[in-house]
Amino acid sequence: MLRGKGRRISFFDEMTSQEGETRSPYRDYCGWFQAEDATRIQHKAQQAEALFRTTGITFNVYGAADGDERLIPFDVVPRIISASEWRRLSRGIEQRVRALNAFLHDIYHRQEILRAGRVPTELIAGNEAFLPMMMGLDPPGGIYTHISGTDIVRTGADEFYVLEDNARTPSGVSYMLENRETMLQMFPELFAKVPVREVSDYPINLLKSLAACAPPACGGTPTVAVLTPGIHNSAYYEHSFLADHMGAELVEGHDLRVVDGRVAMRTTQGYKAIDVLYRRVDDDYLDPLNFRPDSMLGVPGIWDVYRAGGITIANAPGTGIADDKALYSYMPDIIEFYTGEKALLPNVPTWRCSDPEHLREVLDRLPELVVKEVHGSGGYGMLVGPAASKKELAAFRAKLESNPGNYIAQPTLSLSTVPIFTKKGLAPRHVDLRPFVLMSPQGITITPGGLTRVAMTRGSLVVNSSQGGGTKDTWVLED
Amino acid sequence: MLGKTAGSLFWMARYLERSENNARLIDAGFRIALTRSSTAAAEWKSVLVTAGVNQAFQAAHGDYSSARVIDFLLRDPANPSSILSVIRQARDNARTARTALTRETWEAVNTSWMTLVALLKRPVREDDLPDVLTTIRQQSAHVRGALNGTMLRNDGYHFSLLGTFLERADNTARILDVKYYLLLPSVAHIGTSIDNVQWETILRSVSAHRAYRWLYGAEISALKIAEFLILYRQMPRSLAFCCERMEDNLAQLQRHYGEETEAWRLAHSLSHEKLAGPIQSIFDGGLHEYVTGFLRANAALARQIEHDYRFVE
Repeated sequence: MLRGKGRRISFFDEMTSQEGETRSPYRDYCGWFQAEDATRIQHKAQQAEALFRTTGITFNVYGAADGDERLIPFDVVPRIISASEWRRLSRGIEQRVRALNAFLHDIYHRQEILRAGRVPTELIAGNEAFLPMMMGLDPPGGIYTHISGTDIVRTGADEFYVLEDNARTPSGVSYMLENRETMLQMFPELFAKVPVREVSDYPINLLKSLAACAPPACGGTPTVAVLTPGIHNSAYYEHSFLADHMGAELVEGHDLRVVDGRVAMRTTQGYKAIDVLYRRVDDDYLDPLNFRPDSMLGVPGIWDVYRAGGITIANAPGTGIADDKALYSYMPDIIEFYTGEKALLPNVPTWRCSDPEHLREVLDRLPELVVKEVHGSGGYGMLVGPAASKKELAAFRAKLESNPGNYIAQPTLSLSTVPIFTKKGLAPRHVDLRPFVLMSPQGITITPGGLTRVAMTRGSLVVNSSQGGGTKDTWVLED
Repeated sequence: MLGKTAGSLFWMARYLERSENNARLIDAGFRIALTRSSTAAAEWKSVLVTAGVNQAFQAAHGDYSSARVIDFLLRDPANPSSILSVIRQARDNARTARTALTRETWEAVNTSWMTLVALLKRPVREDDLPDVLTTIRQQSAHVRGALNGTMLRNDGYHFSLLGTFLERADNTARILDVKYYLLLPSVAHIGTSIDNVQWETILRSVSAHRAYRWLYGAEISALKIAEFLILYRQMPRSLAFCCERMEDNLAQLQRHYGEETEAWRLAHSLSHEKLAGPIQSIFDGGLHEYVTGFLRANAALARQIEHDYRFVE
């Protein structure tokens, strides 16, 4: 299952084959690009940056000077996926999200998968993200993962892997939408030449999907609200964007209180009950009475309302366990257990360092592996073996030995590349893909494409925006 | 609409109005400082008092040199009313109320903030000051234009107008409060040049020196200036105009929500009793007492609006 040592690293470029031929999804685009004046595109790229700043798609860096807000770099060359590639991906993603939801339901009910010995009990019981309070509780509509973002990487013409399941609070969907909006403004003629599938209906699908999960207490049209930690949160732009585009209120903890057994928001005319809360705060901060007592972000008593069927919380509390990187390695088994099918999209081979045999192998081959924290995210606290210095390797080796259970390791994947636009012309950079998935009792909706993250530095494999990664518009072609 | 959102719209508008008013105050002060250096310090002090930051200035600086005062009023992060502080607060409130703003209005506020942050990155040289002040006022006009041209005439719109007029009335009343002694009959030596310049400064600080001329011609008198700033309902910075607008906005909110409010009652009595005139009766009762009474009533109205529409818990 795990690949051998010393494999020659060569990268699959999604635009151009090794023989120098343009691959078919990119043909129309490249035809347009070659006829374009490079300085015009350069000029447009600068315009795009100004556009992002005016729109306010920026995030604050804590402690930075006034006006020093950062922008995630945007590249004007789209990442293009053919209709047949997308069909395959979306089938695999749908299967995976269905399995995850079934897994969460099982874990918080009869725990059949643990009884069957397919997933070790200690992985659940000892897991910080596991919420015992969710045991036996039925979230409205049976949905745990209303919104998820499945991170996918590509390593060859037919090789796609799932890198992570983000079932907690995946972010980045506003970039997917604004990137398209920006491309439409800058290069409208391009969209007349290339048949690209729409993404703009995401907010309305989100609203429908959330409304379809209204709790028993809801009478009439469900009232949906987005819960944000506030304007200083780095994803605030996205929170306000989604609320705005859904026509929902954007609330903070201090706007809410429990009134007559419902969670209600303080409006200019008094308190009004909320049916579905799309929360962008973590479980720990949801309810200071039931979780972290020092939390200022949540609503005292919301948990009791939730348990009584007075409100839907999306995603359901306790879904974070599905993001656990140690659990990730069991996903092929999880999928098979709940769907009776083999996983359509493979996992990246993963060593669990809690296993002494795995640990030994990881330590032996550390310079060629990527090591991640089990609960980590954002590209922090990880080691990219081939890019690390001897000193860094030694330091990480010590960390691994002292707390092996905290880590998993994976082979360094030769992530595919897509060109970015530079002053010297097109230059290949590594990318990944985060499609956004909505789930409700009425079904699963996957927006064609998703967010393509791109490592802007030559040779870099780290695409996280917190580490200098950028984004691209992602096109799925019409059939 | 969330109470918090209503409050943010109200405060966004207040801060935007404040930045424009402060730019105007600096402009008027600067003119005096240039043309009559002997009275410059006194004039700067009165500008600082009007802006409500004299104590903070004294604590940090002490002497009223033009360069220090100007920098304090434009850029000092320790001054909560500096243009830079105020525009940042306007933008923070706009971000909080983002879902209640049109894209055009939000982008106008955001662009203003970006422009002013860049413009005020370094201390402003005296010969650049007029341009900088012009830009500040243009930015404010840009936001007002976007607000007027694109916002639905719903509750959010009325909350932002309430903030504008409440802040403006406060500003005009403060100018009168600081300068009232110039308008008192006992010290009015009509025709002497000092008074003319001082009176012009009052008119200039509400951008109304030309409008006054159109209305009253060459006749500059304390009574007429006070009447113009307090009672003249066609003058967009007069107390009477501002209160009439607030009363109207509150009446529209009452209609919108189908609920009578104490705030409307306060605005109504302000507009119809306190601002009924004539100007002579205001002078007879004491101009200073009148102005401080107005400032108190205006602040009480602000608190009532905040309470009636649940801005905070």
